[in-house]
Amino acid sequence: MPSSAPRSPAVEVRGVTRDFGSGDAVARALRGVDLDIPHGELLMLVGPSGCGKTTLVSIIAGTLQPTAGEVKVLGEDLVSMAPAARVRFRRANVGFIFQSFNLLPALTAVENAAVPLIIGGWSRRRALPAAAVLLERLGLGSRLTNLPNELSGGQQQRVAIARALVHEPRLLICDEPTSALDAENGRITMELISGIAVQPERVVIVVTHDQRVYPYADRIATMEDGQIVSIEARRSGEVGAPTQHA
Amino acid sequence: MLWIAWKMLIGNRAKYLGIVFGVAFAALLIAQQSSIFCGLMALTVSQILDVEGAGVWVMDPKVRYVDDVKPMADTHLYRVRGVPGVDWAVRLYKGIARARLESGSYEQVILLGLDDATFIGAPLTMIDGSIDDLRSPDAVIMDVVGYRKLWPDEPFKRGRIIEMNDRRAVIVGLAKARKTFQSFPVVYTRYSQAVRFAPPERKVLSFVLAEPLPGIAPEELATRIGAQTGLQALSRDAFLSKTIRYYLLNTGIPINFGITVGLGFLVGTAIAGQTFYLFIVENLRQFGALKAMGTSNGTILLMVLAQALHVGLVGLGVGIGLAALFGWATRSLSKLSFYMPWQVLVITGVAVFLIVLLASLLSIRRVFVVDPAIVFRG
Ligand SMILES: Nc1ncnc2c1ncn2[C@@H]1O[C@H](COP(=O)(O)OP(=O)(O)O)[C@@H](O)[C@H]1O
Ligand SMILES: [Mg+2]
Repeated sequence: MPSSAPRSPAVEVRGVTRDFGSGDAVARALRGVDLDIPHGELLMLVGPSGCGKTTLVSIIAGTLQPTAGEVKVLGEDLVSMAPAARVRFRRANVGFIFQSFNLLPALTAVENAAVPLIIGGWSRRRALPAAAVLLERLGLGSRLTNLPNELSGGQQQRVAIARALVHEPRLLICDEPTSALDAENGRITMELISGIAVQPERVVIVVTHDQRVYPYADRIATMEDGQIVSIEARRSGEVGAPTQHA
Repeated sequence: MLWIAWKMLIGNRAKYLGIVFGVAFAALLIAQQSSIFCGLMALTVSQILDVEGAGVWVMDPKVRYVDDVKPMADTHLYRVRGVPGVDWAVRLYKGIARARLESGSYEQVILLGLDDATFIGAPLTMIDGSIDDLRSPDAVIMDVVGYRKLWPDEPFKRGRIIEMNDRRAVIVGLAKARKTFQSFPVVYTRYSQAVRFAPPERKVLSFVLAEPLPGIAPEELATRIGAQTGLQALSRDAFLSKTIRYYLLNTGIPINFGITVGLGFLVGTAIAGQTFYLFIVENLRQFGALKAMGTSNGTILLMVLAQALHVGLVGLGVGIGLAALFGWATRSLSKLSFYMPWQVLVITGVAVFLIVLLASLLSIRRVFVVDPAIVFRG
């Protein structure tokens, strides 16, 4: 952490719990999570399946409410925020990359990548060229008008990366972005995320249990049974500096 | 965003066609049945429509519809003529007669007796012969469909004899007449002749046809005639409505057609509603992704409504087109009457609108409650 910039963390999670179900069938997915993430960091969240990783990032992204605890993201209190404001918050500040891509099958690559801009009120005439520029940077310049089912898994995930970044969000949430991909495409995907996505003003959270991608992390938080059990710093040097190599 | 909604909708070709088919089917059923219904209703008033030029119909006060003839004394003609504002008034005989053919068989016919001098109420289109041929002794003119019904596959034979009330009638021409509700042949003759063809009765005058002086509305004249003579006087439009209303209220026709139209609505709602619902449910993940990325429920609602409206309009177009095609294809079947006034289009449009509105309201709830976090699940 640069000591010269004493600012509050981009993400502050305090004592967060989350229950699913009710009565006797209640399941506690998170049992008191504390986590700070500074601006510019790529944090990895690892741990066995079912330990609560997805639940935690959903809460940080503002798509899920905690049962108890405090969540502040980019200076905003997500817990007390009105639902409509949370929708606007996500629209402006959050990019998503999912394990199962979640591209709209009826839209072409460039149209899919432009969706966040269109949701943000851009016209198609402005949004599509902006998305095309980003796709070209991601090596998909020749695939702009292909439908998702005409693309390989690795290409689809690159479209998803473009979609996650096109509106320049300050929080990028990646849930198992490489686990549907083979080793080579997983490596390319992580190269792109750490190379293009990581910015001084942006927080990147990557949920994974793919050990091969650990080297891309600034820090690795390990979860077990709804709690963070350890946080380990991986890369030395300036936090937020773009990674040039694995 | 509407553009995304549209792409989502037509992106799944099979589902899209399924929904459109459901809506089109409902629209077809509703439009087609309503048109046949309207056709039937038009049949009931065909004999009023066939009489052109007279603005007011005068009849016995107890008459309920055009075929419900209650004979009046001939002197009523002069009482009507005496009402101020009457330009002219003539007699019209209308009744059912039994016609005996050369073969010896009997057929029922609708007998119309036209004013001897003016032939008011005469057919507008002659197929064979001329209306003036009615002036010759015992002359009658028959409607062409009726003639073909009595003598199928025979060319028209001028001078053919039929007997009514044991009197000779000579067919001197063929005319075009609107199909009637009873679908009996229509026979035109002079009034003075008609009363002899008709079964003997003390009173024979069926209607007095009157026309107001220029500047006087038919309704106004009808009121005056009614007040002054105690007879029932109706403008042509009022008589049309009265007749149709009679059939609506006193026959099973509206119920039968109402049931079919209602069934069309239900079936259409079921098919279209179900496929639309499935389409929405199948796309919940996509809607969830859009919601995660910051699409509000209001926008989602707009998207779903736009999708519903789109399939509604396309289905409506296809359904109405098919119904019109059906009407056109069956136009020569004399048994079916098909009439599609603009009201049918409005009714079908409203029904389709309700169908897609119902379908989208049923499914929108699923989209509203979908947790945007659904997209994280593998
Ligand atoms: N919507 C839900 N309803 C019920 N239980 C849930 C739901 N989401 C997650 N859980 C439960 O919460 C726990 C944590 O799940 P999750 O956060 O998806 O774990 P991970 O992403 O680490 O595999 C699991 O036991 C899971 O079954
Ligand atoms: Mg998970």
